[in-house]
Amino acid sequence: MSFTPDIQIFCCHYTSQQAIAEGTDGLKEDGFPAGAAINRLSCSGKLQVSVLLKAFEDGADGVCVVGCPADKCHNVMGSQRAAHRVLAVRKALVELGVEGERIEMFHLERGFHPEFIEAAVLMDERIRTLGASPFRDEKTTKNPVKKVPQKSAKKPAPKGGKKK
Amino acid sequence: MIIAERKPVAEIVEMVADAKRVLVLGCRGCVSVCSAGGEREVEILASLLRLGCKKKGRELKTIEATMVRQCDREYIDAIDQWDGQYDAIVSMACGVGVNFIANLRPTDIVYPGVNTGCYGGSTEQGVWTEQCAGCGNCVLHLTGGLCPVARCAKSLMNGPCGGSQNGVCEINKDIPCIWQSIHDRLQRTGRRADMDKVAPIRDWSTSGHGGPRKVVRDDLTV
Repeated sequence: MSFTPDIQIFCCHYTSQQAIAEGTDGLKEDGFPAGAAINRLSCSGKLQVSVLLKAFEDGADGVCVVGCPADKCHNVMGSQRAAHRVLAVRKALVELGVEGERIEMFHLERGFHPEFIEAAVLMDERIRTLGASPFRDEKTTKNPVKKVPQKSAKKPAPKGGKKK
Repeated sequence: MIIAERKPVAEIVEMVADAKRVLVLGCRGCVSVCSAGGEREVEILASLLRLGCKKKGRELKTIEATMVRQCDREYIDAIDQWDGQYDAIVSMACGVGVNFIANLRPTDIVYPGVNTGCYGGSTEQGVWTEQCAGCGNCVLHLTGGLCPVARCAKSLMNGPCGGSQNGVCEINKDIPCIWQSIHDRLQRTGRRADMDKVAPIRDWSTSGHGGPRKVVRDDLTV
């Protein structure tokens, strides 16, 4: 079964500055995953645990939070608080029998850096390996898992191709 | 305040296995201050319960509310406003709140959302420690304000045990020997002689060993 993971990225104003400037097309060219969406905040420390959980309720397969380096947050402690909240959600996911790796915190420098794209790609690859979220509700999710029918095993065409 | 901690989510999901609609009820008292059962925690638990049930392939509807307190009759009576809208209540108050709901709402099913721990305070952000055992017979006037019942691992009443080493408790190296602290504090405040007063054999009946405790104030009863 193949699917395009729904990845919700919550990032602060500063770490996403250039990513936003790139625009959708620019990001696509840079290799930004098709199923990833950017949710911009004034500071990652503004994120509440309930917001991260809501993302899973709304059908996210993976969630990542991008904030400033722990010792360089514009709001001093914001990204550290965000990291703690990510850990709280991770712990809760494990309690529910779900892979904690579905949520991750990244501390990145401000402005555009290839690391921003890399973080999204890393999450995309990770979630493709883990598979769709066990919380997914196929009726309500915006990005339903597409089942790819197995191709029937056909005998390979004889060498030389078809006779004209 | 009363210190509590949210139960593991899987345990609560299991509790509400038969319910389709749950009232998640927080308390703005102690559990709100220690971030276990206030408005924010209600929102989180409700979300986790919905996710947990969704994972098990069923839908759970939740109502989220937070009472001023759950240890007073008038606030419990306010639950009437949701009559017929829930199959079970998950109370995020301390055990007192759960008991009050059970006492006053005989036909309601109520489950605890938190584990009630102790009487304590926040010694640093995100850390709460036990300070009082609620033993019903306070001796803090003799011990420099530091409680040996709650804070000595053995609840000793007449000085430290032989395991007190360098001011640290032998049971847990992360906590100070409270009798060392009591000694130091009494000495510092010129009350060292209080250490020589021998505490008599203690009557623990006030500590719950004589059954559930009750306080009656005739000046307040009506």
